[in-house]
Amino acid sequence: MSLLPAHLPPNAGARKYRLRPLALIIAPIVAVAFQVKAPLFTEYLSYLDPPLLVTVYFGLMRREPVSALFIGMGVGLLQDALSQNPLGLFGIVKTLTGYWTASVSLRMDSDNNMVRAIFAFAFYLVHQLLYWTLASSLLGQQFSFEPGEALLFAILNAAVAVPLFQLLDKL
Amino acid sequence: MELLVNRYRNVTILAIALAAQLFLLAYQVKSRQEVRSIRVWAVTGVMPLARLLDVLHANTFGLISEYASLVKAREENRKLQDRVSKLQMENQFLRNDLSTADRARVLALFQARTPSKTVAAHVTGRGPDNSKVVFVDRGANDGVKKNMPVVTSDGIVGRVGAAYPSFSQVVLLIDTNFKAGVISQKHRIPGTLKGQGHSTCLVDYIQNQEKLEVGEWFFTSGDDLIFPKGIPVGQVKSTREGKMFFQEVHLVPSGLQKGLEEVLIVLDGVHQPLPDSQTVQAQQPHLMQPPPAEQNTSSGASRVIRGGVVETDADQVVDRYRRIGIVQGHPYGAGGVPNFNIEPPPPAPKPDPESRPAEPRGQQPE
Repeated sequence: MSLLPAHLPPNAGARKYRLRPLALIIAPIVAVAFQVKAPLFTEYLSYLDPPLLVTVYFGLMRREPVSALFIGMGVGLLQDALSQNPLGLFGIVKTLTGYWTASVSLRMDSDNNMVRAIFAFAFYLVHQLLYWTLASSLLGQQFSFEPGEALLFAILNAAVAVPLFQLLDKL
Repeated sequence: MELLVNRYRNVTILAIALAAQLFLLAYQVKSRQEVRSIRVWAVTGVMPLARLLDVLHANTFGLISEYASLVKAREENRKLQDRVSKLQMENQFLRNDLSTADRARVLALFQARTPSKTVAAHVTGRGPDNSKVVFVDRGANDGVKKNMPVVTSDGIVGRVGAAYPSFSQVVLLIDTNFKAGVISQKHRIPGTLKGQGHSTCLVDYIQNQEKLEVGEWFFTSGDDLIFPKGIPVGQVKSTREGKMFFQEVHLVPSGLQKGLEEVLIVLDGVHQPLPDSQTVQAQQPHLMQPPPAEQNTSSGASRVIRGGVVETDADQVVDRYRRIGIVQGHPYGAGGVPNFNIEPPPPAPKPDPESRPAEPRGQQPE
């Protein structure tokens, strides 16, 4: 199923989104910084995953799997570096997320808010599932995966993703 | 081959990236070492931004929060100010009520003490012009007649200038038309009190040879057939030898010193003797609380008769201290302080001069 608008040419979804290099560097760092700092202000902000949303955004708009995977890898490693986990866990998850986002976005209208929300919702779930799988299998970490909670947070992140992506569009 | 690489280029790069990170992960887990430099870079890169977020938060949400607090504080401040104003007003009303109650109590005491027949009146207004007259809420219906004396517990105030059915006009003693016969307390020098239109009065017709002291009290003499004898008038403020035969004696009227709200109109005056100088102050009713109840039940009444001698409270206190000193072997005047908290032994009965058996302490002899 293609979510491309009917009036667009068949190759319209394949156009590349031009991103400013500075935004490419600053946005992930700010996202990680926000994830580190924001929960100190309000506990509810800990349910947001801005680094994931930024990864999804760049994958969605960049439409180039290779660059998207590197962006995801960078963001993931940055998260790893600030966590207690060994480097690579978030990196692998975000690498895959970026790659898949860019791959799927080739067939979608990435400017559509609904598409963006669906991407954020779906890839949040994928991200959480992947992280849980890798953490439990590679590092032997034991923590439960609550599907209901994950769904709720996925909706929350999807709701935040729409205005956030519009903000990132301005950069 | 080139075609193959181009075809699977993305997947190949993905695989390489994943493999590299897996290798990195495995290396850290296996060797239990961490790549510290990457973490240092990450922290160095991210934390300043986190701090910036902190500043942004403080300057946005913090400002909003502080503004909200300020608005709330302003509202609270306004409410508190309103409350303070109300409380101040209420306090003022209560003070006024208390003051009025005090004055009324003093007046009631005076009214009960004086042998003259009086009626209490409330000052309801002052004269419209600058004349020294006031209106009171008692009139002819209450038995008030023209020229009746008007007094307070502190002294004379004036006389009734006109009696209407429900109200009366009182000419204050500072009015220039006011005159009354007075006599000095100490030297019994008679004179005529004249109002001067201001806060002091003049006592006329006192010869230059007479000796008057500043501070000496004047009382009504009863010669004017208006004021009964023996009511305080005021104290001498200054005396000066006059040009003719009479001194210029200025007097501060005592009846007007504490304001004028409640007065007594003397319906039927009774002359009283002039008090001696020592009892003048004591005669003035004052607002003292009644003495506290006697705590020492063994001592009974405040005055006891022991050995035929009436002992006052002071005598009992002295006796108690003496017994405390005896018990502790403390000679008074030799320095040091005995323990006054201990209970001394009961006093020894004093021999009755009339050889009567000693009465127990606190009991009246029959």
